[in-house]
Amino acid sequence: MAKDTSKTLRAALTATAPVFFGYIFVGMAFGLLLQKAGYNALWAFGCSLTVYAGSMQFVLVELLTSWVGLAQTAVVTLAVQARHAFYGLSLIDKFKGLGKKKPYLIFALTDETYSLLCSVKTPEGCDRGKFYLLISALNQSYWIVGGVLGATIGELVPFNSTGIDFAMTALFIVIFVEQWLTAKSHIPALVGIACAAVCLLLFGTDGFLPPALLLTVAVLVAGRRTIERKIGPPAEEPAGDASDGKEAPGSCR
Amino acid sequence: MPLSPLQAVAVIATVVAVTVCCRALPFLVFRDDRPVSGLVVYLGRILPFAIISILVIYCLRNTSFTAAPFGAPEIIAVALAAAIHVWKRNNLLSIGISTVVYMFLLQVVFV
Repeated sequence: MAKDTSKTLRAALTATAPVFFGYIFVGMAFGLLLQKAGYNALWAFGCSLTVYAGSMQFVLVELLTSWVGLAQTAVVTLAVQARHAFYGLSLIDKFKGLGKKKPYLIFALTDETYSLLCSVKTPEGCDRGKFYLLISALNQSYWIVGGVLGATIGELVPFNSTGIDFAMTALFIVIFVEQWLTAKSHIPALVGIACAAVCLLLFGTDGFLPPALLLTVAVLVAGRRTIERKIGPPAEEPAGDASDGKEAPGSCR
Repeated sequence: MPLSPLQAVAVIATVVAVTVCCRALPFLVFRDDRPVSGLVVYLGRILPFAIISILVIYCLRNTSFTAAPFGAPEIIAVALAAAIHVWKRNNLLSIGISTVVYMFLLQVVFV
């Protein structure tokens, strides 16, 4: 039993290694920004523990800088986070039968954890739920450590952090490039860019995100037949119950 | 602190609530063995690609191309991040180098 746990932990550490570097760095950028906005390391810890959302926490710094009201806060959050509602679609089968572990796995479903859980294979003889839980919890711990470090360094060492928020843009560009290189069709990505650009010109920087999302979904629904011909049929879902610990290759994307 | 602690906690709680709802929605809608409609499966497969593009534009939304330096720091740093990533496929390298270069461009080159 103990041997299994250490094997699972080793596998989870290996799987999350790339996220470790990204999260420590981007988390530090968040902590620094939050500290510059007037909140100490305790706030950084609280945000990373409860919100735990990369891009949203950078927007959160703006929301914590000037009071816009809770309704506006909810709308902005919805605009940035709505994509997560679609991420879960690819994991419904993988999370089946995980019982008490499921709520935390769903809570901790960031962009990076999502892409990891989509692609990892549970090592032979290891418990799938435990493996997923370790990956999710390790990722969040990296993120929290980064945020607290950033806020602490910002308090101790005054240095010019102008431009450090580019780390978040860079993280998205990295995900974009990864997706671009593996996508069967580039139409969805191009539709997203075009709709965002058009809505940015029409609605300006403050309110373009919700219309851009809606327009993108509308265009993708309208172009379904063309795009589905390019990407082929969806991968077959595994039959029967998923509690046998077997992985369904290609059940994501 | 620009907001009162109570306001800050309220803002954070709102963000948490909306975020958790977004993440939990598909698991609540498609419980157990209810079949998922073809359109939803289709959107679930392709939307991540479209959404990440929108988010890249979102991050760059405050870039001005009509006044000096005409978005040069952003263009350089974005191109650098993409190029390094295509070359090495290493998150730390791509994010780290492009961010440091961007900070250097903002603080030293295009002051």
